[in-house]
Amino acid sequence: MSTSQLELKGITKQYPGVLANDAIDLAILPGEVHALLGENGAGKSTLVKIIYGVVRADAGEILWNGAPVHIANPSQARALGIGMVFQHFNLFDTLTVAENISLGIDEAHDLKVLTSEIEEISERYGLPINPHQHVHALSVGERQRVEIIRCLVQDPKVLIMDEPTSVLTPQEVEKLFETLQRLSSEGCSILYISHKLEEIQVLCDSATVLRGGKVTAHCTPREETPKSLAEMMIGSELPVCKRDGRALEGETQLSLHGLAIPSPDPHGTDLNGIDLTVRKGEVLGIAGVAGNGQKELLAAINGELISPRSDMIRIDGEGVATVSPARRRARGLAFVPEERLGRGAVPEMSLANNALLTSYQHEMVSPQGFIDFGHMRDYATRIRKNFDVRSDGIDAEAKSLSGGNLQKFIIGREIMLEPKILVLGHPTWGVDVGAATIIHQAIIDLASRGASVLVVSEDLDELFEICDSIAVISEGRLSPVRPTSETNVEEIGRWMSGQFADATQEVHHAAPA
Amino acid sequence: MLLRLEPRQTSSKWMQYATPLIAAALTVITGVILFTALGRDPFLALYTFFVRPLTSVYGIGEWAIKATPLLLCAVGLSVGFRGNVWNIGAEGQLTMGAICGGGVALAFWGNEGIWLLPLMLIAGAAGGLAWGAIPAILKNRFNANEILTSLMLTYVAIQFLGYLVHGPWRDPDGFNFPETRLFNDYGLMPVLVEGTRLHAGVILAVIVTIIVWIFMSRTFQGFKVQVAGQAPAAAAYAGYSQKGVVLLSFLVSGALAGLAGISEVSGTIGQLQPVVSPGYGFAAIIVAFLGRLHPFGIVLASLLMSLMYLGGESLQINLNLPLAVTGVFQGLLLFFVLGSEVLVRYRIKLTATPKEA
Repeated sequence: MSTSQLELKGITKQYPGVLANDAIDLAILPGEVHALLGENGAGKSTLVKIIYGVVRADAGEILWNGAPVHIANPSQARALGIGMVFQHFNLFDTLTVAENISLGIDEAHDLKVLTSEIEEISERYGLPINPHQHVHALSVGERQRVEIIRCLVQDPKVLIMDEPTSVLTPQEVEKLFETLQRLSSEGCSILYISHKLEEIQVLCDSATVLRGGKVTAHCTPREETPKSLAEMMIGSELPVCKRDGRALEGETQLSLHGLAIPSPDPHGTDLNGIDLTVRKGEVLGIAGVAGNGQKELLAAINGELISPRSDMIRIDGEGVATVSPARRRARGLAFVPEERLGRGAVPEMSLANNALLTSYQHEMVSPQGFIDFGHMRDYATRIRKNFDVRSDGIDAEAKSLSGGNLQKFIIGREIMLEPKILVLGHPTWGVDVGAATIIHQAIIDLASRGASVLVVSEDLDELFEICDSIAVISEGRLSPVRPTSETNVEEIGRWMSGQFADATQEVHHAAPA
Repeated sequence: MLLRLEPRQTSSKWMQYATPLIAAALTVITGVILFTALGRDPFLALYTFFVRPLTSVYGIGEWAIKATPLLLCAVGLSVGFRGNVWNIGAEGQLTMGAICGGGVALAFWGNEGIWLLPLMLIAGAAGGLAWGAIPAILKNRFNANEILTSLMLTYVAIQFLGYLVHGPWRDPDGFNFPETRLFNDYGLMPVLVEGTRLHAGVILAVIVTIIVWIFMSRTFQGFKVQVAGQAPAAAAYAGYSQKGVVLLSFLVSGALAGLAGISEVSGTIGQLQPVVSPGYGFAAIIVAFLGRLHPFGIVLASLLMSLMYLGGESLQINLNLPLAVTGVFQGLLLFFVLGSEVLVRYRIKLTATPKEA
């Protein structure tokens, strides 16, 4: 066995109240694609930040080609040969691709030489990009290519990729994997962070699994099953969600009719004539690459964004598109927003107070306007119990909860209102597998009790698991709606890149106007 | 080397209560340095500033009288500040309250009854409320910055008062002094303690404080204000009207500032004069924050601020120091309150200057 390209020994990082990394050992061989696997809060981000010099470890050492090194900041990491592609891109919209890449290089260099270098790399690794294009005109997938090229011009020995596929269509993911495999065949090691198990099995040679800041396993993903990997991650038997095959013949409770709204955000996406209906008992999923109008669609349905005409959104056939969120709630709508802290919950208020946030129409406020604290606390306690919310009691501040626990609380709060219609934005984004299963089961159970559920998500596995029917949003337009059993990932993936014009005509007779 | 503020993971509850005390202590220490630099005996000066005003029953009465308008204004402002609505114009709303309430007294001059004082109080509160409504409407309608509009309207109100007492409302028997007639007995707040000027306004202020406390901590409207202040997106998500919170905050703080104005005019001055407040409406902003925006904290803070007014006068009379000392102390106090507030939430870190650009 050759010397590891990068080796970590006993890396430990203590944050106030959390031991984020506890004596972590990890070794990456040259040219290896190494997965770093773990639930949210397992310590993956902290560990890669230590490798990239963003955070300093309290103890432990980093070996580079067998020799101990000290990485004080990202520019030292880059000088060594470590590149990192962050989950959130750091690009300037108003600059060109080449200018953006130039900004990431520490040494003096010539922009013309760099441009030809970019063209060469883009050719060699199958990352098509025009160096002269402005970043604001690029798609999310193209922006990621810019980030990758930015790392590659520095000729890295180790490339860190943090959840790179969460913003890509299945086709783009395939492309990315080809690039990564090419890189690894040329001797560049890749540290690949993800919680998507199938991807890791396809791509990675070896894996280190973290749980609660500790390494729980080193394994070869191809020799494992998704189930066994998931169990290493969450440390117990994976719960499964059950659903009954129910017939969808109920009446329509929520419908959109030609919903068209310009986005208030100059970088947002305008909604462009969206039609859909959700029946009693139905779970309808809307897939799509981030930034294609999901945010606007959700805000329009909840009423934070007011539509131009009242009948564009109907609850039980009555137009509600111009009334306030409170009025829509009074008619039986509940909503789980994509941002938890600051929108779904008030960060510095207790869980008890956050229970009141949206449940105020349910006997928690007296006719004189006084809060019924007994009722409110009881409601918070029941949410906590029914949805297994792990917190320091109901007086804990919302911001003290982990993302998954807070999401369970918010979804629990909305579901326990027994809404007629539940709309969810990215319900399990960044939530660990265990919590996601609880959330999925609760959504399915609510639908079987007769609610209409609309789920907007980027996670296709999730949509195929819980939805009765699926549609895709792309550039503010909605694809035809297909029963889940009559479509597949390939078709939805194709639609995600906007190619559903033919399909629209083909199934037009099936979709009620 | 660079100084950097880094948020603390946990802000200590204990420290949150201690900050106002620490700030007060730092103010006193700075006072010692200040007086020493001025060549005065610092301890005599501090005694004269903080203790001497309270050595008589009359003095204690004055203490409560000056705390009254501060308390009324600050409790009202705290509602808005909790909701992230910045009414800086309590001084103007106070002045408008004095004008409207005083106007009632003058309108019924020579035709009084027991009903006069309640009517004046209602008119005063209504005047402040109406004046407060203007920046709220401008903000809701045109998204005009309420800090600017409420501040500018303060000067409009003060000029308007000046116009009235120099012109149409001037006392016809007043030898051309810019003052209105003295209010009749029915238009004056009853005195509570013989030998002092302590008037019923202080009871009013305490009752109002309790009502505001109940409103903020027990009612759903109060909860909405706090959500709007802490997380505007959550308020929008849950369907709370942001405009409603702006309007409510301004109406409450405006009405209470107006009440402070008429209580001051009918309790201590007894007539309208070109200046009815030494800046209570502005000092109340400091009081509100010093009291951590909590009604009971604000009671203590308004007593401290009132003592500073008395202390300044006492220094002027006894040690011949300028009245501006009061302003200096107010400024120091606000500086230390805000400063220690920052340090409770953040820690200072020394970092090496980064090499890369």
